[in-house]
Amino acid sequence: MADVKFDKISDTEYNLDVCGFVCPHPQLYTKKSLEKINEGDILNVTFDNPSSKETIVQMIDSAGHDILDDSTEGGKIKLRIEKG
Amino acid sequence: MEEKRNTMWAFLITGVLVLISLLYWAADTYYMYLIVYIWFGYAYGMMLQYGRFCFASASRDLFAAGVPRMAVGILVALIFFSVVQAILESVNMSTFHAAPFGIHMLISGSVFGVGMVLAGGCASGSLYKVGEGNMTSLLAVIFGLCLGQAIFVDVGGIFNNLMPQSWVDKAMQTAAAIKAGSGVEIPINSWFDHYLVGYVWHKPQFTIAKLISGGHPSNIHYFVGNALINSIIPALLIMCIIYYFFPRKVFMKRKKKAMKKEGLEPNTGLSDEFAGMWSMITASKRTSLMGVLVGITAGLHILTMAGMQQKFGVKNFGTLLQRMGHFSDVSLKGTVFDPGYWYITSQEGQVGAWILEKFGWNMHDNMFFGYVNGLPELWRNPALWMSLGIILGAMVMARLNNEYKFKIPSLELVIWGFSGGLLMGFGSRPSLGCNIGGFFIRAAGGDPNGWVYGTGMVVGAFFGVKFLNWWTERQMQKEMADF
Repeated sequence: MADVKFDKISDTEYNLDVCGFVCPHPQLYTKKSLEKINEGDILNVTFDNPSSKETIVQMIDSAGHDILDDSTEGGKIKLRIEKG
Repeated sequence: MEEKRNTMWAFLITGVLVLISLLYWAADTYYMYLIVYIWFGYAYGMMLQYGRFCFASASRDLFAAGVPRMAVGILVALIFFSVVQAILESVNMSTFHAAPFGIHMLISGSVFGVGMVLAGGCASGSLYKVGEGNMTSLLAVIFGLCLGQAIFVDVGGIFNNLMPQSWVDKAMQTAAAIKAGSGVEIPINSWFDHYLVGYVWHKPQFTIAKLISGGHPSNIHYFVGNALINSIIPALLIMCIIYYFFPRKVFMKRKKKAMKKEGLEPNTGLSDEFAGMWSMITASKRTSLMGVLVGITAGLHILTMAGMQQKFGVKNFGTLLQRMGHFSDVSLKGTVFDPGYWYITSQEGQVGAWILEKFGWNMHDNMFFGYVNGLPELWRNPALWMSLGIILGAMVMARLNNEYKFKIPSLELVIWGFSGGLLMGFGSRPSLGCNIGGFFIRAAGGDPNGWVYGTGMVVGAFFGVKFLNWWTERQMQKEMADF
């Protein structure tokens, strides 16, 4: 069941869980979360809609952020993003 | 372990489809026609899933995230498909036909555009996402594309009162002319019947090739008119506009930064602009590559269907159904929905009508099913097998890439899927096509209608994105209220 979860886990790190959501929600929530954190902060995004990944990766690249880690497990995609 | 299980599922699904194909072939060689639809559907499904090929994503990701990958992918597909289409037209092996031209295409496209953004996928996108295990898309397909469409074309009563008198009069005159000519009494009962017979049927149908040749196109007209003027030039122009307004700024900034680093003057020229365009096209290799393949496959599909029609000496699968004795499957004029190319929504409408008939709703008393498309049993519906092929092909590809995940939607997503699906269903009927039949096939086939519908889709998507932006912002504010 889908319910967006945005948590602050330290002063500089945040978790965004948008599992269960379909397009365009994962990309919209990722974009909005990145807008709300500071430069240099880390955002860990978890989602399970494969179609969103292609867009999120390009969106991060064109905005000048960095993907530090990219993994998939059990249909869940996890991206660790540093805001640039 | 998970990988092994997914591979096993992929083989199992493909094996079942092979078995079904063999059973149909054994039952009657005429079913080869239907088997072709199954396997082209399967191929589309695999390509759509691999390339994340969704028409909703094209304008939505551009407006919402500034990402042009899907818009570019579709335009690449369009260019390749238009060339294949022109070749097929020039050797008289095309099943393509233009649609009635008019403002209804723009309005219809706008409604569809809002719907596809809310539902999270276009008509073809929703099918491939069902194959990924996405049940929100299944809701959009069942309630919007299936039931919504069927009810939409069948309702009458007070809705008939909304029809202009001129449409009603024309519909009656046309019905009288058909009765006088063929003896068939066409069913004009619903609002859609009046709209179809009294308005749409009287709109001009043309391709650019016909327009520039005075109605008698030759090979050069197909290539210059249909492919070059109606498809390739507009597609390249749109790509340039997208490039200018979206990735160009970042590309040039990076280019200048790199030049400075190398100790060069940060001056960029035309070659850098071309490099920027190429970088945009290749930014998502899987989407662009699938664009090429989708374009070529859609052309091959037309060629194969034309070959099938020649082999059996028919223009519509309805004739074959009648030869096999299935007279109740076909419409009053002996046809069933058999587009002869990639198409999505009408067959889903037939599923909805088939279900509603089981509950006692008469769906034969309207033009859409009763006179034009027929209502075959689901297992004898050729285009429906294409849709099932898309779902299963996408499921196989998602399984092979370990991306399949069964997702039950939350109440919020149920609302989006249901409302978006309904709007997609409503937005694909007045135009007689969706993002595929209304836009993609027509734009590549030389019919300017495709671009009118496509413009509507983009306008609708823009407002859909505005709405979802507002909604997600509201949700984020709630989530961030504690810190």
